[in-house]
Amino acid sequence: MTRYTKRNGLSRRTLLKTGVAAAAGTLAAPMVWAQSNIVLRQAGTGVSAFNEIAAKAFDDLGITMEMTALDSDSVTQRVATQPDSFDIADIEYWICKKVWPTGNLQAMDTSKIANYDKIAGTFRSGKLTPTSEIAQGTAPHTVGFTSGANGTDFVQEESGWMTLIPTIYNADTLGIRPDLIGRPISKWSELLNPEFKGKASILDISSIGIMDMAMVVESMGEYKYPDKGNMTKEEIDLTLGIFTEAKKNGQFRAFWKSFDESVNLMASGEVVIQSMWSPAITAVRSQGIPCVYQPLEEGYRSWGGGMGLAASLEGAKLDAAYEYINWYLSGWVGGFLMRQGYYSAVPETSKLFMSDDEWGFWYEGKESQGDIVSPSGSTLEGPGAVRDGGSFIDRMGAVACWNSVMDENQYMVRKWNEFIAA
Amino acid sequence: MVSPLAIVLFFFLVLPIVMILVVSFWRATEFSIIPAFEFENYEFLFGSPVTYTVFINTFKYAILTWVFTFLIGFTVAYYLAFHIRTQTWQIALFLLCTIPFWTSNIIRMISWIPFLGRNGIANSTLISWGVIDEPLEWLLFSDFSVVLAFVHIYTLFMVVPIFNTMMRIDKSLIEAARDGGASGAQILWNVILPLTKPGIMIGTIFVVTLVMGDFFTVRIMSGSQSANVGRLISNDISLLQYPSASATAVVLLLTVLITIGILLRFVNIRKEL
Repeated sequence: MTRYTKRNGLSRRTLLKTGVAAAAGTLAAPMVWAQSNIVLRQAGTGVSAFNEIAAKAFDDLGITMEMTALDSDSVTQRVATQPDSFDIADIEYWICKKVWPTGNLQAMDTSKIANYDKIAGTFRSGKLTPTSEIAQGTAPHTVGFTSGANGTDFVQEESGWMTLIPTIYNADTLGIRPDLIGRPISKWSELLNPEFKGKASILDISSIGIMDMAMVVESMGEYKYPDKGNMTKEEIDLTLGIFTEAKKNGQFRAFWKSFDESVNLMASGEVVIQSMWSPAITAVRSQGIPCVYQPLEEGYRSWGGGMGLAASLEGAKLDAAYEYINWYLSGWVGGFLMRQGYYSAVPETSKLFMSDDEWGFWYEGKESQGDIVSPSGSTLEGPGAVRDGGSFIDRMGAVACWNSVMDENQYMVRKWNEFIAA
Repeated sequence: MVSPLAIVLFFFLVLPIVMILVVSFWRATEFSIIPAFEFENYEFLFGSPVTYTVFINTFKYAILTWVFTFLIGFTVAYYLAFHIRTQTWQIALFLLCTIPFWTSNIIRMISWIPFLGRNGIANSTLISWGVIDEPLEWLLFSDFSVVLAFVHIYTLFMVVPIFNTMMRIDKSLIEAARDGGASGAQILWNVILPLTKPGIMIGTIFVVTLVMGDFFTVRIMSGSQSANVGRLISNDISLLQYPSASATAVVLLLTVLITIGILLRFVNIRKEL
């Protein structure tokens, strides 16, 4: 758990200053909460629990954020079983599908969200651009809205009551070590290519792993799913059957569950091709080891995260939570996250907090003009580099499926357990 | 009056186990557990071939680990008890054995990973010596690495009780055996081994129960590729399937109890202590 606090007496002046600056900026005048000592506990997946965000929130809003970073399964568990242990749940949309019916989160009034209209179409209508197709799986907009303030259901239109406010999202693909593979990789099916026997890996988080598997199975031409985001029992058996056989043949070196495990597997050369997350690629590269987030013909497996409010939030804390969310969408955080390789739910506000070169590289897929520097200060790319997969529209437009929770999830989970044990 | 020990045992041992037993008959959905009385969890458990594989795996790890910890533990204890003459040195060397315990289990385990890896120290050393041409893949993320880590972590649990019982053996018994014309091997087999049986048994119980209950070592050292019962339970818990985890835990508990019951048939620890 990380916690950022600053003594109020010391920071009041900076608070006033940034408060005024922010008021002059994009936001309607934010309230400064320092005097009332508002503390919000945010529990979430590690991807967005950054100290920098907590520190900046305190500077801008005077709200103390206590961030707890957990793995996806633990967050799900906490939201479902310990509703009083957090104020804000920073979870993924597929987790929302699982935990929303418990009633432990409360719906958000979109009229209180200043930048609601600017939130990317993916999270509202499901369409990135008016012409784009909706990908399979638990697409965020299908679990993004509920019927009313106390709704525990999902509705398919923009009802004015959001379950989660989207924060970050990305398009995932396979990570490879080009130096150890030495030839172009263009299809998901390469994960099970015997050429990489004992040098492949897949992640051991069932809801995500099953989608990677589905991409591979389709790419191999073994089966074409009517909806890979909602498989039947037979389809689950088929998918895991193919992978169990590969596992028994020694295709996999290891499975990973946490971000750093994936980094270590790749950096040490134990694995040359595996499911991976974007910042893990950055982490491998920052060790000076070549690693590519390989765009593949069949498209990306995408995920989206969002913040939900605990049902118990009320009064000043609830107001502060709305304030925090509005601030989150107002740009600084978006810029910060975009520099890690994620996308922000409201891209256009992030632009104000990024240089033209950064915006060009990360969002528009343009060649970098100068050095591209990560938020932690290490140089990721020199001039003339282009992001793997290109622009936002290229990448998010090529999403084939979303991380999913299926109707047969319980069956899938048990089969997944068997796969791991096989 | 109920003794304090009974109260402590009731609240911290009996009650939790009863809870686990009760929950094992409940039903679970994605996000909630529902009180019920159903055998569905057990049916699924006994109906799945994976359960048997996993239990066999668990026993395999336990037996292999036991063999190696026993051989190493017995040798070390024998050396300390019978070859080191002064008590000061015995204590000093015994403390030396405990030094690895000053760091965390997990760190001791994880430090094997870079050592055994494809490009790790072990492989690059062997290659530079010309012993092998290709890196040995089975050194890491295999049953070998799992058992290695177990042996590394748990050998001391064998050394301590065996050393303890060896120290109590009356030295005059050994002298008498030698005077009677017994060879070193005969003394070891007919005098020392029978007399250290209680120590061996205590060490065995430690090692077997610890290995059978472990999940983390297996996950890390096998690269999540192998499973024992502990991992089955931990997977269930992380996916909110508490009832199914409880059912597995109950079966594991019974298995371990039966194993210990069988072990205790060989030696009556209470009598021999």
